[in-house]
Parts: sequence; C-alpha cells; structure tokens
Amino acid sequence: MTLIAARGLGASYGGVVALRDVDMQIDAGEIVTVVGPNGSGKSTLVRALLGVVRPSAGRITRRAGLRIGYVPQRLAVDDRMPLSVARFLSLPDRRGRGEISAMLGRVGVPGLEGRQLTSLSGGQFQRVLLARALLADPELLILDEATQGLDQPGTASFYELIEDVRRETGAGILMVSHDLHVVMAASDRVICLNGHICCQGQPHVVTAAPEYRALFGLGTHGTMALYQHAHDHDHDACDHSHDPDHESGHDPDHGHAHREREEPAHAG
Amino acid sequence: MLDDFLMRAGLAGLAVALAAGPLGAFVVWRRMAYFGEATAHAAILGVALALGFQVSLFAGTLAVALAMAMTVSALAGRGLAMDTALGVLAHGALAFGLVAVSFLPAVRVDISAYLFGDILAVGRAELAVIWTGALAVLALLLWRWSALLTVTVSEDLAKAAGLDPARERLVLTVALALVVAVALQVVGALLIVAMLIIPAAAARPLSRSPEMMALLATALGALAALGGLWGSLAFDTPAGPSIVVAATVLFALSRLAPRRA
Repeated sequence: MTLIAARGLGASYGGVVALRDVDMQIDAGEIVTVVGPNGSGKSTLVRALLGVVRPSAGRITRRAGLRIGYVPQRLAVDDRMPLSVARFLSLPDRRGRGEISAMLGRVGVPGLEGRQLTSLSGGQFQRVLLARALLADPELLILDEATQGLDQPGTASFYELIEDVRRETGAGILMVSHDLHVVMAASDRVICLNGHICCQGQPHVVTAAPEYRALFGLGTHGTMALYQHAHDHDHDACDHSHDPDHESGHDPDHGHAHREREEPAHAG
Repeated sequence: MLDDFLMRAGLAGLAVALAAGPLGAFVVWRRMAYFGEATAHAAILGVALALGFQVSLFAGTLAVALAMAMTVSALAGRGLAMDTALGVLAHGALAFGLVAVSFLPAVRVDISAYLFGDILAVGRAELAVIWTGALAVLALLLWRWSALLTVTVSEDLAKAAGLDPARERLVLTVALALVVAVALQVVGALLIVAMLIIPAAAARPLSRSPEMMALLATALGALAALGGLWGSLAFDTPAGPSIVVAATVLFALSRLAPRRA
C-alpha cells in the first residue's frame, strides 16, 4: 500500500533548483533511506513530502488522512518559552502521563518528563524528538538525519528501535542519513540523491551503481559486506526502473547495470 | 459602581491585561515586538481616518491595524529583511498617522490621548467595547492554544501534525490587531507593545510552562494596571505611562527572583 508518492517533483529556492524530476514512493512497512552529499536536496525532499516546501513542479500524493511522525534534523529551541519534555510531547495533541513515560523509556531516556527542553543534551533531544514522532502512532515515520548527536551504541539502538517500530506497527519509514554503513544494513531501499535521483534500489544494488560510487567513492562498497545481513524482502524492493527518459543526461549503461545485479536478488 | 471613573479605568486596565498577557507571551516567543509596534503605530492612522470619515474609533483603528498586521505578515512570508521592513512600516505608519491627524480641525483632536492613552476618560460604552474585544482575543487564543504553541515551537513539526502554520499566524495577526484597538485608549499607541512584552518578559523567569507564563503575564499586567493607576493618582502622573512604569518595575523585580526553568 503506497503511503506517499512524488511524481516529477521539482523544488527551487529563489531561482536555484534544489530538486528536479524526483519520482519516488514509500509503501507501508518498508524502510527507505535517502543518501546524498551536502546540498543534494535531501532535506528539501523531506520538507516537500511534509508539505512545508511547495513543489515547483510535479506533485505529491498522500494517502488520505495519513498520520506522519517527523523527526527533524534539528530543532531550534530557545529559552524564551519555558517548555518541559512532557509538555512538548503533548503538542499539539494531549498525551497521557503513562503514555509519555512509557515512550520516553522506550526511546532510552526514561524519567526526562520534567526536564526543560533547553537543558537536554543533543542525544537526549534527538530521542525526545523520536518519542514525539512515535506518540503520533505514525503510519509514515520521517527521520531527517535523526541520529545526529547520538554516540555509536546510541545510533545502533536507534536503528534497532526503528526496525522494531516497522515490525510492530507496519509503518513506512523514510530516513535521510549520512550514516552510510548503518543505512545500508537497515534499509530495504536506498535512494541516492544529488538534485535528482541518481539511482535507487536495494542497498547492494545502489552501492554497486556507478552513480553512487561517483558520489561516495568505492570505499563504502567493501565495508558494506560487513553490515549487509540477510533481510528477506517479501516485496519487490528493487524499484529502480525509473523512466529512462529522465536519465537522458546519464550513462546509457546505467539501467543495464542495475538490472544485471538485480537478478540474483530475485532468484535468492 | 461603573459611575466612578476610577472604577471604569481599573476595569479597562484589567481587560487589557487579560488579553495582553497570553498574546504578549506569543509576541515574546515569536519575536514579534517590531511587528506589534508597526500594528500599534498604524492605529494612529486609523484614528485620523475614523475622525475624518466620522466612523467609530474602534472600527477605524481595528481596520487599519488589521490591514497593517496583514501587510507585515505577508512581507514576512516573502522573506524580506524583516527588521528593516518593519522599521520602515512602524515609523512610516506613525508619521503618516500624525500628518493625517494634523489635517483635522484641531479642536476635535487631542492627539496625546491616542499616543499615550486616556484611561481615566473611559466611559461605559467604551468599557463595554474594551471588554468585548479583550474577551474575544482571549477566546481566540484559548481555542487555538495548542496549535499556536506547536506552530511557535516548529512550523515543520506543526505541518507534519496536520496543522496549517499560515492559519495560526493569521490568528495571531487578528488577535494583535484586536488588542491594539482595545488598548489604544488605555495605554496609547506608543505604549501598547510595552503592555504586551513587559508582563510576559517579567513572567518568564517565574514560569515552568507556557501556560504558566501566559497566566502570570496576565496577573502581572493586571497588577501593573492597578498599580499604575494608583501611582498616577498618588503622584499626579499620566496614567498610561504610569502603568508601563509599574510593569517595568515588576519586570526588574522578576529578574531578582531565582529562575525556575
């Protein structure tokens, strides 16, 4: 079931094109990760999907009444407004005390209810943001560089929690990340973005794609093997059959290279 | 009871404090001080137009303040350099208003009553308008409270939660114009923003939640209104500025209190 889809999506700021020709969709129960260098339009894509950025081209369709949980890259809170963690988690919808405390425990920061937001460390703050997103019981969870400020074990348990959420609730999950290694292990599908979609598909397909290597170098390909464990994808994950018409500026071998590597995945 | 001018003045002051407390909290949280100045100063132009066209003062100031607030809001959406744009609008509006008033027959207009307020001259009818306006602002803010807070914390989070930030901004814009129209006779166009910002700022160190800050801002504003009125009688000083002086003293005292959050 498709939760949200972009067709021919473009976005620009003050005449500068940040995104063009983006075709993508997120289905219930899949984890999709967007990778790309700085300024590649990752956050613009997220903000367009949220409806904050108005597309300059194409369109976005959402399933009617879609509940979205959103963890932003960062949130500027200043101390003009006194705001406790518990009050923040109740914005805009009231949450029960028990619900809040259980969720804080679940994201690994139990007992923070009474603390002011401004007094939290970066890692605590990210977890509180995740707690807020999860309290909305999201059908689509959007995480924009959500592991910033987390240490290594924190990052690992963060991704485990995301995996649990997907398994328990069947939510679709869209992540933006710099954390290439973990991303590759945790995602069903990777979208490699650089103003447009360079390539997308299963992690091992994308890391082998020349476009991906051109952006991230070859190094990640080797380390990926360490992390890639046997996810059994019951859905037809490798959806990189994007319209060749869009790829006019690209290496003509591109589509072919993908298909070639796709076959073993289907066979297995 | 309402026969006493002092009683009417006190009640008018309380009404302004009631509306200005929670709205002032938003003005502080959202850094809308200059926005408030532009809207308040536009009220003088509203006074000139109302007197010139012989319509109700309240309607005239409300209409012009609303027009100014909408203009500023639209400019903010286009990402202009806001402090400069607001500086132009705030002072331009005031100057246009003063010039416009000068065209009116001098006998009819005591401009200082609109610049600094004339709370001791508030009549029964005006008191009714002031209370109606103040309660309308309060009802509007209470109705949208949770959404307004969310949009203030983060427009992106609000959008993800299905709220419309533009709509909530409009609520604040309308509330601000209403408070300006209501407070014009109480503290005057030049000091309206003081009644928004100072009580809220004084409430901040004593508060642990946004709700508490809004409530305390109202309480401190009410205290300032009554204290200022008393001071104005005791020392024979102008009432509007005396109220703001009282608020400023409360602000200074609040800085001495240990910060609670």
